[in-house]
Amino acid sequence: MNAPAYNFAYLDEQTKRMIRRAILKAIAIPGYQVPFASREMPMPYGWGTGGVQVTAAILGPSDVLKVIDQGSDDTTNAISIRKFFAKTAGVATTTATDEATVIQTRHRIPETSLHANQVLVYQVPIPEPLRFLEPRETETRRMHALAEYGLMHVKLYEDIARFGHIATAYAYPVKVNARYVMDPSPTPKFDNPKMDNCPALQLFGAGREKRIYAIPPYTQVVSLDFEDHPFEPYRFNAPCALCAAENSYLDEIVTDDKGGRMFVCSDTDYCEGRQAAGHHGSLSAAPYKEKAQEKSNG
Amino acid sequence: MTTIAELPPGFVDKVLSAQSTFRSVMDAMARPGSVQRIVPMAGAPATMMRGTAAIALTLFDHDTPLWLDARMSESSDVTKWLKFHTGAPVVQDSSIAAFALVSEGALLPALECFALGTSEYPDRSTTVIIQVESLDAGRSFELRGPGIDGVATLQASIKPFDLFERLGMNEALFPRGIDVVLVADDAVVAIPRTTRVVSKGS
Repeated sequence: MNAPAYNFAYLDEQTKRMIRRAILKAIAIPGYQVPFASREMPMPYGWGTGGVQVTAAILGPSDVLKVIDQGSDDTTNAISIRKFFAKTAGVATTTATDEATVIQTRHRIPETSLHANQVLVYQVPIPEPLRFLEPRETETRRMHALAEYGLMHVKLYEDIARFGHIATAYAYPVKVNARYVMDPSPTPKFDNPKMDNCPALQLFGAGREKRIYAIPPYTQVVSLDFEDHPFEPYRFNAPCALCAAENSYLDEIVTDDKGGRMFVCSDTDYCEGRQAAGHHGSLSAAPYKEKAQEKSNG
Repeated sequence: MTTIAELPPGFVDKVLSAQSTFRSVMDAMARPGSVQRIVPMAGAPATMMRGTAAIALTLFDHDTPLWLDARMSESSDVTKWLKFHTGAPVVQDSSIAAFALVSEGALLPALECFALGTSEYPDRSTTVIIQVESLDAGRSFELRGPGIDGVATLQASIKPFDLFERLGMNEALFPRGIDVVLVADDAVVAIPRTTRVVSKGS
Protein backbone atom coordinates (compact mmCIF):
# COMPACT_ATOMS: atom_id res chain seq x y z
CA MET A 1 0.00 0.00 0.00
CA ASN A 2 1.27 3.41 -0.95
CA ALA A 3 -1.53 5.33 0.69
CA PRO A 4 -0.48 8.97 1.18
CA ALA A 5 0.01 9.89 4.80
CA TYR A 6 -1.87 13.17 4.40
CA ASN A 7 -4.71 14.54 2.34
CA PHE A 8 -3.76 17.04 -0.36
CA ALA A 9 -2.60 20.25 1.39
CA TYR A 10 -2.75 18.51 4.79
CA LEU A 11 -6.29 19.46 5.89
CA ASP A 12 -9.16 16.98 5.62
CA GLU A 13 -11.98 17.79 3.20
CA GLN A 14 -14.60 18.62 5.81
CA THR A 15 -12.27 21.21 7.34
CA LYS A 16 -11.55 22.69 3.93
CA ARG A 17 -15.28 23.00 3.19
CA MET A 18 -15.81 24.82 6.50
CA ILE A 19 -12.90 27.20 5.80
CA ARG A 20 -14.03 27.75 2.20
CA ARG A 21 -17.52 28.73 3.32
CA ALA A 22 -16.00 31.18 5.80
CA ILE A 23 -13.82 32.67 3.04
CA LEU A 24 -16.84 33.24 0.79
CA LYS A 25 -18.71 35.08 3.55
CA ALA A 26 -15.57 37.06 4.40
CA ILE A 27 -15.32 38.26 0.79
CA ALA A 28 -19.02 39.14 0.73
CA ILE A 29 -18.65 41.30 3.89
CA PRO A 30 -15.32 43.12 3.42
CA GLY A 31 -13.44 43.66 6.68
CA TYR A 32 -15.85 41.64 8.83
CA GLN A 33 -14.26 38.87 10.91
CA VAL A 34 -15.94 35.55 10.20
CA PRO A 35 -15.58 33.02 13.04
CA PHE A 36 -14.32 29.62 11.91
CA ALA A 37 -13.47 26.31 13.56
CA SER A 38 -9.70 26.69 13.46
CA ARG A 39 -7.83 23.41 13.67
CA GLU A 40 -4.66 22.37 15.42
CA MET A 41 -1.86 22.59 12.89
CA PRO A 42 1.54 20.91 13.06
CA MET A 43 3.15 24.17 14.12
CA PRO A 44 2.70 26.40 17.16
CA TYR A 45 0.24 29.27 17.38
CA GLY A 46 1.99 32.44 16.36
CA TRP A 47 3.75 30.71 13.48
CA GLY A 48 1.00 31.33 10.99
CA THR A 49 -1.58 28.63 11.72
CA GLY A 50 -4.39 30.88 10.46
CA GLY A 51 -2.63 31.79 7.25
CA VAL A 52 -1.64 28.16 6.70
CA GLN A 53 -5.25 26.99 7.02
CA VAL A 54 -6.46 29.62 4.56
CA THR A 55 -3.68 28.73 2.13
CA ALA A 56 -4.44 25.01 2.49
CA ALA A 57 -8.10 25.63 1.70
CA ILE A 58 -7.46 27.58 -1.51
CA LEU A 59 -4.29 25.93 -2.83
CA GLY A 60 -4.44 23.76 -5.97
CA PRO A 61 -1.83 21.74 -7.85
CA SER A 62 -1.33 24.44 -10.49
CA ASP A 63 -0.64 27.20 -7.95
CA VAL A 64 2.80 28.70 -7.41
CA LEU A 65 3.37 29.53 -3.76
CA LYS A 66 5.53 32.23 -2.23
CA VAL A 67 5.87 32.65 1.53
CA ILE A 68 7.41 35.67 3.19
CA ASP A 69 8.13 36.51 6.80
CA GLN A 70 8.74 40.22 7.46
CA GLY A 71 9.37 40.57 3.72
CA SER A 72 11.99 37.84 3.64
CA ASP A 73 11.75 34.55 1.74
CA ASP A 74 14.69 33.17 3.68
CA THR A 75 13.66 33.11 7.33
CA THR A 76 12.80 29.96 9.27
CA ASN A 77 9.06 30.61 9.29
CA ALA A 78 8.87 31.30 5.55
CA ILE A 79 11.04 28.33 4.61
CA SER A 80 9.13 25.96 6.91
CA ILE A 81 5.73 26.91 5.52
CA ARG A 82 6.97 26.78 1.94
CA LYS A 83 8.39 23.29 2.53
CA PHE A 84 5.21 22.24 4.31
CA PHE A 85 3.12 22.91 1.22
CA ALA A 86 5.73 21.61 -1.19
CA LYS A 87 5.55 18.36 0.76
CA THR A 88 1.82 18.07 1.48
CA ALA A 89 0.45 19.59 -1.74
CA GLY A 90 3.35 19.16 -4.14
CA VAL A 91 2.92 22.73 -5.37
CA ALA A 92 5.63 24.70 -7.11
CA THR A 93 7.22 27.36 -4.92
CA THR A 94 8.98 30.57 -5.82
CA THR A 95 10.52 33.60 -4.23
CA ALA A 96 9.65 35.89 -7.16
CA THR A 97 6.61 38.00 -6.31
CA ASP A 98 5.25 38.32 -9.84
CA GLU A 99 5.49 34.57 -10.55
CA ALA A 100 3.46 33.56 -7.49
CA THR A 101 -0.29 32.93 -7.61
CA VAL A 102 -0.65 32.56 -3.84
CA ILE A 103 1.52 34.58 -1.47
CA GLN A 104 1.36 33.86 2.23
CA THR A 105 2.78 36.68 4.28
CA ARG A 106 3.69 37.52 7.81
CA HIS A 107 3.80 41.25 8.49
CA ARG A 108 4.61 42.69 5.06
CA ILE A 109 3.06 43.37 1.69
CA PRO A 110 5.54 42.85 -1.17
CA GLU A 111 7.02 45.98 -2.77
CA THR A 112 6.29 44.70 -6.27
CA SER A 113 2.70 45.59 -7.19
CA LEU A 114 0.36 42.64 -7.02
CA HIS A 115 -1.78 41.64 -9.98
CA ALA A 116 -5.28 40.31 -10.43
CA ASN A 117 -4.34 36.63 -10.63
CA GLN A 118 -2.81 36.63 -7.17
CA VAL A 119 -4.15 35.96 -3.69
CA LEU A 120 -2.35 37.46 -0.71
CA VAL A 121 -2.86 35.46 2.52
CA TYR A 122 -1.96 37.25 5.75
CA GLN A 123 -1.03 35.55 9.00
CA VAL A 124 -2.85 37.42 11.74
CA PRO A 125 -2.08 37.19 15.46
CA ILE A 126 -4.90 39.35 16.86
CA PRO A 127 -7.64 40.10 14.33
CA GLU A 128 -9.73 42.40 16.52
CA PRO A 129 -8.52 46.01 16.15
CA LEU A 130 -10.52 47.03 19.23
CA ARG A 131 -9.23 44.22 21.47
CA PHE A 132 -6.71 46.29 23.44
CA LEU A 133 -9.32 48.99 23.94
CA GLU A 134 -12.15 46.65 24.92
CA PRO A 135 -11.28 43.13 26.07
CA ARG A 136 -14.82 41.69 25.88
CA GLU A 137 -15.69 39.94 22.61
CA THR A 138 -19.42 40.58 23.20
CA GLU A 139 -18.71 44.30 23.37
CA THR A 140 -16.37 44.58 20.41
CA ARG A 141 -18.85 42.58 18.34
CA ARG A 142 -21.59 45.05 19.24
CA MET A 143 -19.29 47.97 18.47
CA HIS A 144 -18.70 46.55 14.98
CA ALA A 145 -22.45 45.95 14.58
CA LEU A 146 -23.16 49.60 15.38
CA ALA A 147 -20.07 50.88 13.52
CA GLU A 148 -19.18 52.50 16.84
CA TYR A 149 -15.52 53.29 16.31
CA GLY A 150 -15.12 56.43 18.41
CA LEU A 151 -12.86 54.56 20.82
CA MET A 152 -10.32 53.92 18.08
CA HIS A 153 -10.20 57.62 17.26
CA VAL A 154 -9.71 58.38 20.94
CA LYS A 155 -6.75 56.00 20.95
CA LEU A 156 -5.19 57.75 17.96
CA TYR A 157 -5.92 61.12 19.58
CA GLU A 158 -4.19 60.01 22.77
CA ASP A 159 -1.14 59.24 20.64
CA ILE A 160 -1.19 62.83 19.42
CA ALA A 161 -1.73 64.23 22.92
CA ARG A 162 1.19 62.23 24.28
CA PHE A 163 3.68 62.23 21.41
CA GLY A 164 2.56 65.06 19.14
CA HIS A 165 1.83 62.67 16.29
CA ILE A 166 0.03 59.36 15.68
CA ALA A 167 2.67 57.02 17.09
CA THR A 168 1.03 53.79 15.95
CA ALA A 169 3.63 52.37 13.59
CA TYR A 170 2.26 48.92 12.76
CA ALA A 171 -1.15 47.21 12.80
CA TYR A 172 -2.43 50.66 11.93
CA PRO A 173 -6.25 50.48 11.83
CA VAL A 174 -8.01 50.82 8.48
CA LYS A 175 -11.63 51.22 7.43
CA VAL A 176 -12.68 48.84 4.68
CA ASN A 177 -15.33 49.81 2.13
CA ALA A 178 -16.41 52.68 4.42
CA ARG A 179 -17.86 50.26 6.98
CA TYR A 180 -15.69 47.92 9.08
CA VAL A 181 -12.61 49.00 10.98
CA MET A 182 -10.07 46.26 10.43
CA ASP A 183 -6.66 45.26 11.72
CA PRO A 184 -4.32 44.89 8.74
CA SER A 185 -2.21 42.48 10.86
CA PRO A 186 1.09 43.80 12.19
CA THR A 187 2.29 45.15 8.86
CA PRO A 188 4.18 48.45 9.11
CA LYS A 189 1.89 51.36 8.31
CA PHE A 190 4.16 51.96 5.32
CA ASP A 191 2.22 49.10 3.68
CA ASN A 192 -1.29 50.40 4.39
CA PRO A 193 -1.66 52.36 1.12
CA LYS A 194 -0.94 49.16 -0.83
CA MET A 195 -4.14 47.59 0.48
CA ASP A 196 -6.31 50.28 -1.06
CA ASN A 197 -7.77 49.43 -4.46
CA CYS A 198 -5.40 46.45 -4.74
CA PRO A 199 -6.00 44.25 -7.84
CA ALA A 200 -5.31 41.06 -5.83
CA LEU A 201 -7.67 39.37 -3.39
CA GLN A 202 -6.47 39.73 0.22
CA LEU A 203 -7.39 37.04 2.77
CA PHE A 204 -6.57 37.13 6.48
CA GLY A 205 -6.39 34.09 8.76
CA ALA A 206 -6.06 34.13 12.54
CA GLY A 207 -5.62 30.57 13.81
CA ARG A 208 -5.55 31.00 17.57
CA GLU A 209 -8.32 33.61 17.52
CA LYS A 210 -10.34 31.59 14.97
CA ARG A 211 -11.23 34.38 12.56
CA ILE A 212 -11.05 34.81 8.79
CA TYR A 213 -11.57 38.13 7.02
CA ALA A 214 -10.97 39.53 3.58
CA ILE A 215 -10.57 42.53 1.35
CA PRO A 216 -11.92 41.91 -2.17
CA PRO A 217 -9.92 43.34 -5.08
CA TYR A 218 -10.45 47.01 -5.94
CA THR A 219 -11.89 47.84 -2.53
CA GLN A 220 -11.46 51.12 -0.72
CA VAL A 221 -9.19 50.80 2.32
CA VAL A 222 -8.63 54.00 4.29
CA SER A 223 -6.17 54.40 7.17
CA LEU A 224 -7.88 56.19 10.04
CA ASP A 225 -6.61 59.72 10.71
CA PHE A 226 -7.60 63.28 11.47
CA GLU A 227 -7.91 66.29 9.16
CA ASP A 228 -5.10 68.08 11.00
CA HIS A 229 -3.06 64.90 11.51
CA PRO A 230 -3.35 63.04 8.23
CA PHE A 231 -2.09 59.48 7.86
CA GLU A 232 1.58 59.34 6.88
CA PRO A 233 3.44 56.17 5.97
CA TYR A 234 6.77 55.90 7.78
CA ARG A 235 10.12 54.83 6.38
CA PHE A 236 13.71 55.32 7.55
CA ASN A 237 15.17 58.28 5.71
CA ALA A 238 17.91 56.40 3.88
CA PRO A 239 18.48 54.44 0.70
CA CYS A 240 18.84 50.65 0.91
CA ALA A 241 22.51 49.85 1.59
CA LEU A 242 22.41 46.96 -0.89
CA CYS A 243 20.23 48.14 -3.78
CA ALA A 244 19.96 51.89 -3.15
CA ALA A 245 16.15 51.80 -3.31
CA GLU A 246 14.65 55.06 -2.11
CA ASN A 247 11.05 53.92 -1.89
CA SER A 248 11.09 50.49 -0.23
CA TYR A 249 10.47 49.64 3.42
CA LEU A 250 13.78 49.26 5.27
CA ASP A 251 15.01 47.08 8.10
CA GLU A 252 17.60 48.56 10.42
CA ILE A 253 20.46 46.11 11.02
CA VAL A 254 22.98 46.73 13.79
CA THR A 255 26.41 45.82 12.44
CA ASP A 256 28.74 46.30 15.44
CA ASP A 257 28.73 47.42 19.07
CA LYS A 258 29.90 50.94 18.25
CA GLY A 259 26.65 52.25 16.88
CA GLY A 260 27.22 51.01 13.35
CA ARG A 261 24.07 50.14 11.41
CA MET A 262 22.83 49.58 7.93
CA PHE A 263 19.43 49.95 6.34
CA VAL A 264 18.33 47.29 3.87
CA CYS A 265 15.09 46.45 2.06
CA SER A 266 12.91 44.16 4.15
CA ASP A 267 11.56 42.66 0.89
CA THR A 268 14.43 40.36 -0.09
CA ASP A 269 13.00 39.48 -3.51
CA TYR A 270 12.62 43.14 -4.42
CA CYS A 271 16.14 43.94 -3.22
CA GLU A 272 17.72 41.00 -5.06
CA GLY A 273 15.83 41.88 -8.21
CA ARG A 274 17.14 45.44 -8.11
CA GLN A 275 20.70 44.27 -7.47
CA ALA A 276 20.45 41.85 -10.40
CA ALA A 277 19.26 44.76 -12.52
CA GLY A 278 22.43 46.65 -11.69
CA HIS A 279 21.42 48.84 -8.75
CA HIS A 280 24.05 48.95 -6.05
CA GLY A 281 24.04 50.52 -2.63
CA SER A 282 26.82 51.78 -0.40
CA LEU A 283 27.41 48.37 1.24
CA SER A 284 26.87 46.05 -1.71
CA ALA A 285 28.82 42.80 -1.54
CA ALA A 286 31.97 41.77 -3.42
CA PRO A 287 30.97 41.87 -7.11
CA TYR A 288 30.15 45.53 -6.82
CA LYS A 289 33.36 46.41 -4.94
CA GLU A 290 35.50 44.42 -7.36
CA LYS A 291 33.89 46.27 -10.20
CA ALA A 292 34.52 49.54 -8.46
CA GLN A 293 38.19 48.60 -7.95
CA GLU A 294 38.59 47.55 -11.56
CA LYS A 295 37.33 50.93 -12.54
CA SER A 296 39.72 52.78 -10.25
CA ASN A 297 42.64 50.53 -11.30
CA GLY A 298 41.86 50.96 -14.98
CA MET B 1 -37.31 3.56 -6.95
CA THR B 2 -33.76 4.84 -7.36
CA THR B 3 -31.14 2.81 -5.60
CA ILE B 4 -27.80 4.25 -4.61
CA ALA B 5 -26.12 2.38 -7.45
CA GLU B 6 -28.29 4.30 -9.94
CA LEU B 7 -27.56 7.76 -8.54
CA PRO B 8 -25.49 10.05 -10.77
CA PRO B 9 -21.89 9.94 -9.54
CA GLY B 10 -20.06 12.64 -7.60
CA PHE B 11 -16.62 13.99 -8.53
CA VAL B 12 -14.14 11.47 -9.89
CA ASP B 13 -11.39 13.14 -7.87
CA LYS B 14 -13.13 14.56 -4.82
CA VAL B 15 -10.22 16.55 -3.48
CA LEU B 16 -8.88 18.36 -6.54
CA SER B 17 -12.29 18.81 -8.17
CA ALA B 18 -13.63 20.49 -5.03
CA GLN B 19 -10.55 22.71 -4.90
CA SER B 20 -10.92 23.78 -8.52
CA THR B 21 -14.66 24.41 -8.14
CA PHE B 22 -14.08 26.42 -4.99
CA ARG B 23 -11.50 28.63 -6.69
CA SER B 24 -14.01 29.40 -9.45
CA VAL B 25 -16.66 30.32 -6.89
CA MET B 26 -14.16 32.31 -4.82
CA ASP B 27 -13.02 34.25 -7.89
CA ALA B 28 -16.67 34.85 -8.80
CA MET B 29 -17.39 36.16 -5.31
CA ALA B 30 -14.24 38.31 -5.28
CA ARG B 31 -14.99 39.77 -8.73
CA PRO B 32 -18.77 40.23 -8.90
CA GLY B 33 -20.18 40.16 -12.40
CA SER B 34 -17.22 38.25 -13.86
CA VAL B 35 -18.15 34.91 -15.41
CA GLN B 36 -16.13 32.01 -14.02
CA ARG B 37 -16.16 28.49 -15.43
CA ILE B 38 -16.46 25.36 -13.37
CA VAL B 39 -14.21 22.80 -14.96
CA PRO B 40 -14.55 19.52 -13.04
CA MET B 41 -17.76 17.72 -13.79
CA ALA B 42 -19.87 15.39 -11.75
CA GLY B 43 -23.10 13.63 -12.52
CA ALA B 44 -26.12 15.71 -11.73
CA PRO B 45 -29.71 14.67 -11.09
CA ALA B 46 -32.40 16.05 -13.39
CA THR B 47 -33.32 19.73 -12.68
CA MET B 48 -29.78 20.37 -11.40
CA MET B 49 -27.22 21.98 -13.71
CA ARG B 50 -23.65 20.67 -13.79
CA GLY B 51 -22.34 23.83 -12.15
CA THR B 52 -24.89 23.61 -9.36
CA ALA B 53 -24.00 19.98 -8.73
CA ALA B 54 -20.29 20.80 -8.55
CA ILE B 55 -20.91 23.65 -6.08
CA ALA B 56 -23.10 21.36 -3.96
CA LEU B 57 -20.35 18.73 -3.81
CA THR B 58 -17.80 21.41 -2.95
CA LEU B 59 -19.54 23.41 -0.23
CA PHE B 60 -22.37 21.36 1.29
CA ASP B 61 -22.07 18.97 4.20
CA HIS B 62 -23.77 18.05 7.47
CA ASP B 63 -23.08 21.56 8.82
CA THR B 64 -25.09 23.34 6.12
CA PRO B 65 -28.89 23.28 6.38
CA LEU B 66 -30.22 23.35 2.85
CA TRP B 67 -33.43 24.81 1.47
CA LEU B 68 -34.74 23.54 -1.86
CA ASP B 69 -37.35 25.11 -4.10
CA ALA B 70 -40.58 23.21 -4.68
CA ARG B 71 -39.40 21.54 -7.88
CA MET B 72 -36.20 20.23 -6.33
CA SER B 73 -37.66 19.22 -2.99
CA GLU B 74 -40.35 17.20 -4.79
CA SER B 75 -37.76 15.34 -6.83
CA SER B 76 -36.56 12.29 -4.94
CA ASP B 77 -33.64 12.08 -7.41
CA VAL B 78 -32.36 15.43 -6.15
CA THR B 79 -32.93 14.85 -2.46
CA LYS B 80 -31.40 11.37 -2.59
CA TRP B 81 -28.41 12.59 -4.58
CA LEU B 82 -27.80 15.45 -2.15
CA LYS B 83 -28.25 13.20 0.86
CA PHE B 84 -25.89 10.54 -0.44
CA HIS B 85 -23.14 12.81 -1.73
CA THR B 86 -23.22 15.72 0.72
CA GLY B 87 -25.21 14.66 3.80
CA ALA B 88 -26.63 18.17 4.05
CA PRO B 89 -29.92 18.26 5.97
CA VAL B 90 -32.80 19.60 3.88
CA VAL B 91 -34.92 22.03 5.89
CA GLN B 92 -38.40 23.45 5.26
CA ASP B 93 -37.68 26.68 7.11
CA SER B 94 -35.73 28.87 4.69
CA SER B 95 -34.77 31.30 7.47
CA ILE B 96 -32.28 28.82 8.94
CA ALA B 97 -30.74 27.67 5.66
CA ALA B 98 -27.02 28.13 4.96
CA PHE B 99 -27.66 27.54 1.27
CA ALA B 100 -30.76 27.68 -0.89
CA LEU B 101 -31.02 25.96 -4.26
CA VAL B 102 -33.42 27.50 -6.76
CA SER B 103 -33.81 25.44 -9.92
CA GLU B 104 -35.42 28.29 -11.79
CA GLY B 105 -35.97 31.92 -10.93
CA ALA B 106 -39.75 31.77 -11.04
CA LEU B 107 -39.63 29.63 -7.91
CA LEU B 108 -37.57 32.13 -5.92
CA PRO B 109 -39.54 33.17 -2.83
CA ALA B 110 -39.35 36.64 -1.27
CA LEU B 111 -35.72 37.18 -0.26
CA GLU B 112 -36.82 38.17 3.26
CA CYS B 113 -37.69 34.50 3.82
CA PHE B 114 -34.02 33.60 3.92
CA ALA B 115 -31.54 34.11 6.75
CA LEU B 116 -30.23 37.68 6.51
CA GLY B 117 -27.70 37.33 9.33
CA THR B 118 -27.68 39.55 12.39
CA SER B 119 -25.88 42.83 12.93
CA GLU B 120 -23.42 41.01 15.20
CA TYR B 121 -23.09 37.97 12.91
CA PRO B 122 -23.90 39.09 9.36
CA ASP B 123 -22.15 35.97 8.02
CA ARG B 124 -24.98 33.78 9.31
CA SER B 125 -26.98 34.40 6.19
CA THR B 126 -28.25 32.24 3.34
CA THR B 127 -26.24 31.96 0.15
CA VAL B 128 -28.87 31.64 -2.57
CA ILE B 129 -27.86 29.62 -5.64
CA ILE B 130 -30.13 30.38 -8.59
CA GLN B 131 -30.04 28.54 -11.91
CA VAL B 132 -30.52 30.94 -14.81
CA GLU B 133 -30.82 30.62 -18.57
CA SER B 134 -27.64 32.34 -19.69
CA LEU B 135 -24.71 34.31 -18.29
CA ASP B 136 -23.25 35.43 -21.61
CA ALA B 137 -26.25 36.71 -23.55
CA GLY B 138 -29.31 38.74 -22.72
CA ARG B 139 -29.84 42.04 -20.97
CA SER B 140 -26.76 43.90 -19.86
CA PHE B 141 -26.32 45.03 -16.28
CA GLU B 142 -23.73 47.47 -15.03
CA LEU B 143 -22.44 46.60 -11.60
CA ARG B 144 -20.41 48.50 -9.05
CA GLY B 145 -18.96 47.62 -5.66
CA PRO B 146 -16.00 45.98 -3.94
CA GLY B 147 -14.22 43.55 -6.26
CA ILE B 148 -15.06 45.62 -9.33
CA ASP B 149 -12.58 47.95 -10.98
CA GLY B 150 -14.94 50.79 -11.84
CA VAL B 151 -17.91 49.19 -13.56
CA ALA B 152 -18.45 45.54 -14.51
CA THR B 153 -20.85 44.65 -17.29
CA LEU B 154 -22.81 41.44 -17.00
CA GLN B 155 -24.81 40.12 -19.92
CA ALA B 156 -27.33 37.68 -18.64
CA SER B 157 -30.70 36.20 -19.13
CA ILE B 158 -32.00 36.02 -15.59
CA LYS B 159 -35.26 35.14 -13.96
CA PRO B 160 -36.88 36.57 -11.97
CA PHE B 161 -36.61 39.67 -14.15
CA ASP B 162 -36.67 41.90 -11.09
CA LEU B 163 -33.90 40.00 -9.26
CA PHE B 164 -31.62 43.03 -9.04
CA GLU B 165 -34.46 45.25 -7.83
CA ARG B 166 -35.17 42.71 -5.13
CA LEU B 167 -31.49 42.55 -4.20
CA GLY B 168 -31.64 46.32 -3.71
CA MET B 169 -32.64 45.55 -0.11
CA ASN B 170 -29.00 44.59 0.52
CA GLU B 171 -28.06 48.26 0.43
CA ALA B 172 -30.26 49.20 3.38
CA LEU B 173 -29.57 45.97 5.26
CA PHE B 174 -25.78 46.02 5.00
CA PRO B 175 -23.81 44.40 6.64
CA ARG B 176 -26.75 41.98 6.78
CA GLY B 177 -27.94 40.67 3.47
CA ILE B 178 -28.22 37.91 0.91
CA ASP B 179 -25.39 36.68 -1.29
CA VAL B 180 -26.44 35.24 -4.62
CA VAL B 181 -24.65 32.79 -6.89
CA LEU B 182 -26.02 32.54 -10.43
CA VAL B 183 -25.36 29.34 -12.36
CA ALA B 184 -25.91 28.65 -16.05
CA ASP B 185 -24.62 25.21 -16.98
CA ASP B 186 -20.89 25.46 -16.14
CA ALA B 187 -20.79 29.28 -15.83
CA VAL B 188 -20.94 31.01 -12.44
CA VAL B 189 -21.47 34.64 -11.50
CA ALA B 190 -21.68 35.80 -7.89
CA ILE B 191 -23.55 38.84 -6.67
CA PRO B 192 -22.47 39.39 -3.07
CA ARG B 193 -24.41 41.77 -0.85
CA THR B 194 -22.02 44.65 -1.58
CA THR B 195 -22.75 44.75 -5.33
CA ARG B 196 -25.03 47.48 -6.70
CA VAL B 197 -26.65 47.64 -10.12
CA VAL B 198 -26.07 51.09 -11.58
CA SER B 199 -27.86 50.72 -14.90
CA LYS B 200 -29.63 48.22 -17.03
CA GLY B 201 -29.72 47.93 -20.78
CA SER B 202 -32.21 45.93 -22.80
